Amino acid sequence: MSVFRSATRVRSMSRIRSIFAAPAAVLMIATLIIPLVIVAAYSTLTRGAYGGVELPWTLENYQRLIDPLYGAIFVRSFWIAGVSTLLCIALGFPLALFIARAGSRKNLYLSLVVLPFWTSFLIRTYAWMFLLRDTGLINSVLQAAGVIHQPLPMLYNDGAVILGLVYGYLPFAVLPLYATLERLDKSLFEAAADLGATPGSALLRVTIPLSAPGIRAAAILVFVPCLGTYLTSDLLGGSKTILLGNLVQNQFTTARDWPFGAAISILLLAIAMVLLLAARRSGEELL
Amino acid sequence: MKRALPLYALCVYGFLHVPLVILGIFSFNASRFTVWQGFSLRWYQAALSDRDLLESSVNSLIIAAVSTVLATAIGTLAAYALWKGSSSAGPRPSRALSVSGNWLSASFYLSLVTPEIVTGVSLLAFFQWIFRFLNLRLGMHTVILAHIAFSVAYVVIVVMARLRTFDKTLEEAALDLGATEWSAFQQVTLPYLGPAIAAAAMLAFTVSIDDYVITSLVAGVDSQTLPMVIYALARRGVNPMLNAVSTLIVVALGAMVLLSERLRSA
Repeated sequence: MSVFRSATRVRSMSRIRSIFAAPAAVLMIATLIIPLVIVAAYSTLTRGAYGGVELPWTLENYQRLIDPLYGAIFVRSFWIAGVSTLLCIALGFPLALFIARAGSRKNLYLSLVVLPFWTSFLIRTYAWMFLLRDTGLINSVLQAAGVIHQPLPMLYNDGAVILGLVYGYLPFAVLPLYATLERLDKSLFEAAADLGATPGSALLRVTIPLSAPGIRAAAILVFVPCLGTYLTSDLLGGSKTILLGNLVQNQFTTARDWPFGAAISILLLAIAMVLLLAARRSGEELL
Repeated sequence: MKRALPLYALCVYGFLHVPLVILGIFSFNASRFTVWQGFSLRWYQAALSDRDLLESSVNSLIIAAVSTVLATAIGTLAAYALWKGSSSAGPRPSRALSVSGNWLSASFYLSLVTPEIVTGVSLLAFFQWIFRFLNLRLGMHTVILAHIAFSVAYVVIVVMARLRTFDKTLEEAALDLGATEWSAFQQVTLPYLGPAIAAAAMLAFTVSIDDYVITSLVAGVDSQTLPMVIYALARRGVNPMLNAVSTLIVVALGAMVLLSERLRSA
C-alpha cells in the first residue's frame, strides 16, 4: 500500500515538475536556442542582394575574420577588454578585502557596490560623457583654475572606453573576489602573522594565492562582457573606437551584411563559452 | 595598512558614486553650461514636457510591466521545477545553475553569458525569419518577448537562492497530510518564496527598463523606449534635460534595488 502511494507521488511529482518547467522550456527554445541556431546558419550563408541571406553555403565569412582590416579591430577589442579586466581586478581586490573584513557592516558596503551595478548602465555611461567632454565638468574646472588653457581631449578615445568599462564592470569583479575572500579561513592569516609574516607578505604569499579562484572568476566575468561591449565604446569611444560589438551591430544594421555579422557573433559567443567552461572545469562558482 | 584600506575603499566608492551625484547636482543648474548659475527646475520642466521622452517612458513602463509579470511567473515556476529535480536527485548542486544539470538550467546559464549584442542580433534574425511566415512587424510585442527572454534567468537565480534555504520536509509534511502537489506548492512553498519573488520581479523590472542594446535591435518605429531616446540624445552630445531625466531614473531604480536587496536578505 505504502509502496503504491509513494509510486503515485513520484509520478505526480514529475508531472508538476514538467508542467512548471514547460513555459520556460518553450521560451528558452524559442528565444535563445533557435535564434542562436539561425545566427550560426546565417554565418555560413552568402549575403543577399538586399540584405538578408542567400545560398550557397560558404565559409568565406569566417575567412574574412582574419582579414587585416578586421584583425586590427580584434586586437583592439582584446586589448581594451584585457586592460579593463586587469584594472577591475587591481581596483576591486583591495575593496573586496575591505568588505570581507568589515564585520557587521559587510552588507551595507556590499550594497554600495551592487547598487550602481543595477542602476542604469546607460545613464552611468552618460555621466562620464558629462564629466569628460571638452566643455565638461573636469575641463571647465581645470580651465577656471588656470591649470589648462585648451580643453583636454578626454572623451572619444580608447582611454575613455577603458574608463567606462572599468566603471561599469567593477562590481562584476568585486562580487566574486569578495565571495572568495569572505570564505578564507581567518586562522591562516593568524598563522602567517604568528610565523613572522608582515601584513604585506601575508597578503602576497597567503591571501592572494588563496583567492586565485575568485580572481579567475572575476577576470572571466569582466572580460566576457567587455569583449562584446557595444554601448560603452559607441558613446565614449565615438566613431574612432570600433570594437567587435560595434562591428556586429554595424553589419546587422547599416552595412546589412548579416552573414559576416553572424560570423563575428558566433566567434564572440564561442570565446565566452570556452572561457566559462574552462572556469567551470577548474571548479569555480560563477553564478 | 589598517588605515590605508578604508581610505582606499572610500576612494573607490567615490569613483562608483560621485559621477552620478555630480550629474544629479547639475540637473538643478539654471545654466545649460557646466558652470553653476543657481538652482532651477527648468530642465525637469523641459524633460516632463518633452513628447519623445514622455511617449517613450510610457512604452518603457508598459514593456517593463508586462515582461516583468511574465518573466517572474515563468522564472519562478522554472526555478521550482529545477529545485525539485535537483533535490530529488541526490546532493544539492553547489551553484544556482549548472551546465551539467540539465539542458534547461544550461540554457539559463547560456542566456546570462551570451554577450548582449549577440542576444540582440540573434533575436533580430529570429524575428525577421519568423516574419516570413507571419504577417507581423517589429514592435512592442517583439520588445516584450525579448525582455522576457533575457530577464527570466535573473528571476531563476533569485528564486533558486531562496529555495535552497527552504526546508523540503515542510512540503513533504503537507503531502503526507493529504495535500496535492499543487496545493502543497501553492500553500506551503509559494508563501515562503514571496519575498524572493518580489525581489526577482524588481530586478526583472530594472533590467527591462534599462536595456538599450537588445531593445534597439528588436524595436519597431512605434516602440521607442526611454533608453533609446536617451541614447539618441546622448549621442548628439550632453543635454541638460538628460541630466534631469537621468537623475529621476537613477533615484527611482536605486530605491527599487535597495528594496529588492532588503527583500532578498529578509
